Amino acid sequence: MNGNPSKMSCAEFQAQMADLIGSGEDLSAHPHVEGCERCRALLADFMTIVEAARQLFPSVEPPDEVWEHIESAIKREK
Amino acid sequence: MADAPTPTQSPHGSRANGGEADVEGAAAAKSTGARATQPADTEVLARAQAGDHQAFAQLYNLHKRRIYSLCLRMVGNVAEAEDLTQEAFLQLHRKIATFRGDSAFSTWLHRLAVNVVLMQLRKKGLSLISLDETMEPNPEEGPSRSFGAPDLTLTGTIDRLVLERAIADLPAGYRLIFILHDVEGFEHNEIASMLDCSIGNSKSQLHKARLKLRDVLRTQNRQEARP
Repeated sequence: MNGNPSKMSCAEFQAQMADLIGSGEDLSAHPHVEGCERCRALLADFMTIVEAARQLFPSVEPPDEVWEHIESAIKREK
Repeated sequence: MADAPTPTQSPHGSRANGGEADVEGAAAAKSTGARATQPADTEVLARAQAGDHQAFAQLYNLHKRRIYSLCLRMVGNVAEAEDLTQEAFLQLHRKIATFRGDSAFSTWLHRLAVNVVLMQLRKKGLSLISLDETMEPNPEEGPSRSFGAPDLTLTGTIDRLVLERAIADLPAGYRLIFILHDVEGFEHNEIASMLDCSIGNSKSQLHKARLKLRDVLRTQNRQEARP
């Protein structure tokens, strides 16, 4: 693998994307992305998908009955 | 502990407490280290391991939202997600004494829940059972397939229903890792620990999941763009 970020191939950059996205690092400033329109588009798409997915799945709480069933089952198992 | 439920209290306090305020969301977990075990959590955990039912109720209260949400995201069915949540916490109750603290408690609990979900998916005979299969690197799905023309960028054009269907249609292995990493906010080392796979596999499967979602969404965009 090329150690110099600006000389990375697209394959090398993309192999690191899973790590880099979500790490908090601003990938748009990555030397490879700055010079590569395709990877810039791919990165933008991934970030859009991740953001949309987070909005798609709000965190929700189970109904109270779930705990009641758990308690009942625990009592039965004792 | 001051907020410990009494024997007559149920551990449902957080709903009345504003709901989203106690969400252990992905972003919050990453930015604040919300999953790190706090001293108070350690004490509750130790009491639950010693058989204290109130402490177990507290653990349920602390983790129910994330476990239920994970189940719901994986199976997409409320009744099934409730059953899976119940089973995950029953497994927790049976096994909690065996937790040795080799990983974060939350990661360990998620591992239990993930196994419960995977068992359910296997029972249903879904194609994906191929969690194992999808863990195998496939040279034909390497990064080179992902190159796309820049004019087809998705930014700002994602249809919620299409994305929801695309995620539901992912093979279970892809879906699980996508949800754990991109929605739940787990790190690859935590996912690898949950799924008994390598960190490299977790990264590889996540990349493939994103590529598949992108392909579906771009195809949809192209169809909509046709006159």
